[in-house]
Amino acid sequence: MIRLVLPTPLCTLAQVGREVQLEVAEPVTLERVLGALEARYPMLQGTLRDQVTHRRRPFIRFFACQQDLSHDPPDRVLPETVGSGQEPLLIVGAMAGG
Amino acid sequence: MSGVRILVGTRKGAFVITADGRRRDWRVSELMFAGWELYHLKASPVDPDRIYAAPSSGWFGQQIQRSDDGGLSWQPVGNQFDYSGQTGTHQWYDGTPKPWEFKRVWHLEPSLTDADLVYAGIEDAALFRSSDGGQSWHELAALRTHGTGPAWQPGAGGLCLHTILLDPRDAQRMVIAISAAGAFRTDDGGQTWQPVNRGLRSEGIPDPNAEVGHCVHHIARHPARPDVLFMQKHWDVMRSDDGGQAWYEVSGDLPTDFGFAIDVHAHEPETIYVVPIKSDSEHYPPDGRLRVYRSRSGGNEWEALSAGLPQSNCYVNVLRDAMSVDTLDECGIYFGTSAGEVYASIDAGDSWQSIVSNLPPVLSVEVQTLA
Repeated sequence: MIRLVLPTPLCTLAQVGREVQLEVAEPVTLERVLGALEARYPMLQGTLRDQVTHRRRPFIRFFACQQDLSHDPPDRVLPETVGSGQEPLLIVGAMAGG
Repeated sequence: MSGVRILVGTRKGAFVITADGRRRDWRVSELMFAGWELYHLKASPVDPDRIYAAPSSGWFGQQIQRSDDGGLSWQPVGNQFDYSGQTGTHQWYDGTPKPWEFKRVWHLEPSLTDADLVYAGIEDAALFRSSDGGQSWHELAALRTHGTGPAWQPGAGGLCLHTILLDPRDAQRMVIAISAAGAFRTDDGGQTWQPVNRGLRSEGIPDPNAEVGHCVHHIARHPARPDVLFMQKHWDVMRSDDGGQAWYEVSGDLPTDFGFAIDVHAHEPETIYVVPIKSDSEHYPPDGRLRVYRSRSGGNEWEALSAGLPQSNCYVNVLRDAMSVDTLDECGIYFGTSAGEVYASIDAGDSWQSIVSNLPPVLSVEVQTLA
């Protein structure tokens, strides 16, 4: 079970708590995690990545295990502790004012 | 008893403000879509409890939300706005070509006859249509691919399609406006478009009388006279009596003819309202005095309406979609400011009252008159 921490506006949009848990088939990649998230919460489509190109939105970042995974290829396998659910994958809105 | 519902879009969410037909006691809803920018929300004329809203966010992109109970609850609907076919380029501010790219929805215009049919004007300028209550969106691409498209350039707010006027006589006919391209009309449901900018003159483009390139800020019309259009251009208040084929200036004795908002009295098609703003680099009222100007003659002769409005140290702006009217016997006029204030007049503009203060900057005001 993968643990995902969402930014507050998306928690409101999806009507979920701060952390959601998802079943994701191995190998666990960012592409698969986001696909599983959007399949379960369709209202999040387009909020994190382009719906057609799957390009990450510019002000969205992905962190885990104190690493910035935002620029990793989406098909790269995530750290084992994320895949096992020990560590959450953090989806973060960039600190860009507002 | 009749009532009024005001839909207010702001930089940080939306509000619904209601009153009964006397329009004395106003109830302000809780903040909806907290943190999201609401460039526009608007209700269906067919089903007044069907409201479409367009929250957007620099972080999370565009949402479209729909309410079927007058704004008490909302559900997300479709938010995929994909340009059709090759996107090509438009002009950037410096005149270089720039590929079309979706930024946000500026305006939602529900159909006059079908609650599930709604149009969306977006940035970068294009017109989309949904016939399933907002679940899916399809571009009316003949507008963007009009031969003049590569010459369109953004206004200060972006290359935005901000005005959609549906013709009550003919569902195939509509007029739209883009900053800074101008006005366009279709008579066949969006299959073909023609620029309707003859008579507009803009000093900020190489040919001031060009077919396109004009920074139209807003267009309004009275439903009983669909061919009479009133336009607030970047500079100049303009009028057309033939559906946009030809325009002539009616700025007359306004203290400045720059501004954004323009609207028409609900029962007097020749009575129009603007909020003059000092200039394009000084987006505030002349002399720090907030005044609505009314013409009862369809333009040229204007009177200042200031009773109840701040007459000193007022440096707010009123944006293009932030003025609206109700259709009660004594027409009500409403507008919101960049300082988060919403004003109402229940006597056609003779006097004004602030009905709510200290909201986030107001982006849009739409009024519903409820039976």
